[in-house]
Amino acid sequence: MSPLAASAVQSVDWLALAPTVLTAAVGLLVLVADLFLAEARKPLLGWVSVAGLAASGLLLLPLLDGDRATFCVREADAATRACSYTVDTFTLVIQFLVLGGALLTALLSVTALKDSARGLPEGEYWFLLLSSAAGAALLPASRDLATLVVALEVASLPAFALVGLRHGDRKSSEAALKFFLSSVTATAVTLMGISFLYATTGTLYLTEIADRVQHVDSQFHTLAQAGVVLTLIGFAFKTAAVPFHFWVPDTYVGAPLPIAAYLSVVGKAVGFTGLILVTVVALPSYADVWGPALAALAALTMTVGNVGALRQGVARAHSAVRLLAWSSVGQAGYLLVPIAAAAYTDDSGEAGHAVGSTVAYALMYAAVNLGAFAVAALVGRAHARNRVADYRGLYATNPLTALLLAFFLLCLAGLPPGVIGLFAKVTVFSAVVDAGLGWLAVVMAVNVVIALFYYLKWTALLFRAPEGEPVRHPLPAPLTAALALTGIVGIALSGAPQLVLRFADTGLF
Amino acid sequence: MSESVMQFLLAFLLLAPLLGALAALLPAPPGLKGRSPEQAVLRHGVTVTGVVLLAAIALALGFDHDHPSKMQATTDISWIPALHVRLHLGVDGISLPLLVLTALLTFLCALYSYFKPAAGPAPKAFVSLLLLLEGGTLATFAVLDLLLFFLAFETVLIPMYFLIARWGGADRARAAWRFILYTLLGSVIMLLGLLLIGIKAGTFDMVALATDNGRSLTASVQVVAVLAIGVGLAVKTPMWPLHSWLPDAHTAAPTVGSVLLAGVLLKMGTYGFVRILLPAAPHGFHTFAPYLAALAVAGIIYGSLACLALAREGAKGDLKRLIAYSSVGHMGFVLLGIATMTPTGVNGALFANIAHGLITGLLFFLVGGLKDRTGTVDLDALAKGAGAALYGRAPRLGGLLAFAAVASLGLPGLAGFWGEMLALFGAFDPAAGLSRPAFLTFMAIAAFGTLLTAAYMLVVVRRVCMGAVPQEASKLTDVHTFEYAAWAPLVVLTVLAGLWPRALLGLTDPAVQQLLAGGTR
Repeated sequence: MSPLAASAVQSVDWLALAPTVLTAAVGLLVLVADLFLAEARKPLLGWVSVAGLAASGLLLLPLLDGDRATFCVREADAATRACSYTVDTFTLVIQFLVLGGALLTALLSVTALKDSARGLPEGEYWFLLLSSAAGAALLPASRDLATLVVALEVASLPAFALVGLRHGDRKSSEAALKFFLSSVTATAVTLMGISFLYATTGTLYLTEIADRVQHVDSQFHTLAQAGVVLTLIGFAFKTAAVPFHFWVPDTYVGAPLPIAAYLSVVGKAVGFTGLILVTVVALPSYADVWGPALAALAALTMTVGNVGALRQGVARAHSAVRLLAWSSVGQAGYLLVPIAAAAYTDDSGEAGHAVGSTVAYALMYAAVNLGAFAVAALVGRAHARNRVADYRGLYATNPLTALLLAFFLLCLAGLPPGVIGLFAKVTVFSAVVDAGLGWLAVVMAVNVVIALFYYLKWTALLFRAPEGEPVRHPLPAPLTAALALTGIVGIALSGAPQLVLRFADTGLF
Repeated sequence: MSESVMQFLLAFLLLAPLLGALAALLPAPPGLKGRSPEQAVLRHGVTVTGVVLLAAIALALGFDHDHPSKMQATTDISWIPALHVRLHLGVDGISLPLLVLTALLTFLCALYSYFKPAAGPAPKAFVSLLLLLEGGTLATFAVLDLLLFFLAFETVLIPMYFLIARWGGADRARAAWRFILYTLLGSVIMLLGLLLIGIKAGTFDMVALATDNGRSLTASVQVVAVLAIGVGLAVKTPMWPLHSWLPDAHTAAPTVGSVLLAGVLLKMGTYGFVRILLPAAPHGFHTFAPYLAALAVAGIIYGSLACLALAREGAKGDLKRLIAYSSVGHMGFVLLGIATMTPTGVNGALFANIAHGLITGLLFFLVGGLKDRTGTVDLDALAKGAGAALYGRAPRLGGLLAFAAVASLGLPGLAGFWGEMLALFGAFDPAAGLSRPAFLTFMAIAAFGTLLTAAYMLVVVRRVCMGAVPQEASKLTDVHTFEYAAWAPLVVLTVLAGLWPRALLGLTDPAVQQLLAGGTR
């Protein structure tokens, strides 16, 4: 074989790719199968998707034994090989989060699709969900800017369609349009930033950029800095950081409820994963640019999100979902805090620990937020308007569900008995105190108190005497499974917080 | 008693209330159904708190009284290695009396509620919250890890919020919100200080920090940490001017809630000052000690003046609010004692802590009993000009109220006397480096505060207990048997602590000496 061909044809580590590829393959399978399946058999598609996501999750197990990398090249005059796809602890944890989040979304969707009575096209729905999940799973593994953007778009484009999927629903279409236009603008800005970075460094590989960006010609210094800022904007948008958050409440209300849950967890995971990769891995030498920017972004995001949640009236239509939407903006602020703190640490090991705090917090947040959405999906079946006021007296009719929701909300608030919520906040606080960002710690402390107000108000409502005739909510099997799964995870983590907090203590990369 | 039995007892003390709280939510098992579900769950509360009290007493009996400065019944297991959190438990002479006081007061509250359930929703949740509250408070006094301390500190917030918001009196929703938002803001800021100490010193272990005595912390770190932690603890204590949540919370809380709030929850703040700040950051504490003392003295005078204003005729003073303000004054003495940084002052503070728990607990019980009988705790409505004449209408209740009032004003021979006197003594001769003239001034003002305390307490006794019995006034039911059962232990202990202060001081003094000397002696 000629040398040229040898460098073009490389062996691919299919096992490393398996979780992502399987998710995408099941998505295609479902889309094709939809054409041949009788109308009555359509629910089968949902269960195939659930099984596919579970299998993809299981495929993470063989990867636990060590780091893997594939699609590697040795660039001209580079000392080491640069890889486009890397499986390390960070990748595995985020892929677990994404696939687990998608699995829970799928469980919620099974009931939602059944209830919608053909309002939502099944084949398309599952295909889009699985494609988006595949993109989100690809993102943490991608280690060059091109793959990163492709993954980001694969995760986002199906999400626009999912938001607007409800036939003939004006609100749904409007939400999708809002989401789409603002997202596309953000992506365009990111691409511009990436082109600046490529112009100054001549490479797309993150590790290479980290190396070369330090030796950029001083003439191009401003260009590189502009590239850094513009690249971050796209990811900040996905994380729904302020001021790129305005699409969140309307989109969540307009979207089918499981999709709102999906965006609040997996959508955010996509955003902060990208942020971590671009900042901590690719541009550690520009910490003085993105550090203060992210710190300010975090402070703004949590404050605006929590104040927005505080201002939600309980009797407004869809106030439960709106509240969760605003609260997810606030929580995104907490997620950004350790990334900002990573900029203020001296060595890369410390930065890894700070980023680990974000990952640990995200795992906690994913479990309890999806749990809260599962209860919202349950109550939303009987009360189409899904107001916070509709949760009044839930304890009288569904005691276990009410206790679980109370537990989830207190975890989000970070107060015992939600022990894992408390310790997740403690790790974030610990990262920021360690970095010496006193002002950010104080802003976050005030935000924790603001957030408690609306979480506890909702919690207290669950245990009030019901108004009028109480409605008992029957529990369909998929919703029960989702509730049980999130509940067990939340309670187990409260007993053994080390299960997730260990990521804040070990190097992830 | 062997160490492993002691370890078990302490672990049991913390776990039993939490398991009991869960069990209270489940339906009663067959054979324990009782007359009704309500009765069964209230009985469950009495049983669990009773067993916990027995365990606490057994722990106190097994405690090696010859070495009260040594941590006993210690357990030290790694829990969350990522955050360096260890399940480190132990008791010494400082925490043991507080553990027993908590177990006792909670048991008495459960007993009282069994016969007189708080007005409100079903008692199932009430019992569960009461037990959760007990678990959190006991844990606060028994853990030796900063982050675990924070966890325990936060655990009491939710149960207390619901106790006030669901079973409280007028304006309860607002009072409950004020309580939880104020204390949460304080404790989150405290967390920042705890993390700062833990990260800079490299350990969250209280014993290790006490032994280190602030040597591995720079002066500026100590100052910032003491400020942050101090604010959190001061909100809880409460210290003037951060006290404003307390009168509302007490006025709105049900009797049992008030008793536990004043008797136990406030002590968590002062305990933190002694256990964490004094030994771990002595330099930082030294910087703030004069300010702490000044604010403490301001609290003494402010609390007393507020009480005098409430006790006046025509002020429509609420008795519960009055006792709440008197708590601000009493806790001022405790803080003054701590601020002197001397063994005398700190011992006085710890003594006053316990005394306040006993006496104010009793006062809130009595006022609760009075409200049940007359339907009001408004002093003007009670007294109707001449005086409520409790001596004539319910002589035993009147007598007990007068007893609690004079105990509260610090009559020698009763528990209230020693702590406040020792705190004043401590201020007379503060630790080296603290300005003596300043502390002498504080002492003089605080001593004047005791006079004011005597004044308002006597006004209360005159207006509630004395007066001519009007012809048409119906006789009030005197003290019930169950009320005797709930109140007698507090009366007996008040007298005992007053006559035999050595029993308590002998426990606290060696431990305090050791803490002030830097963990090792």
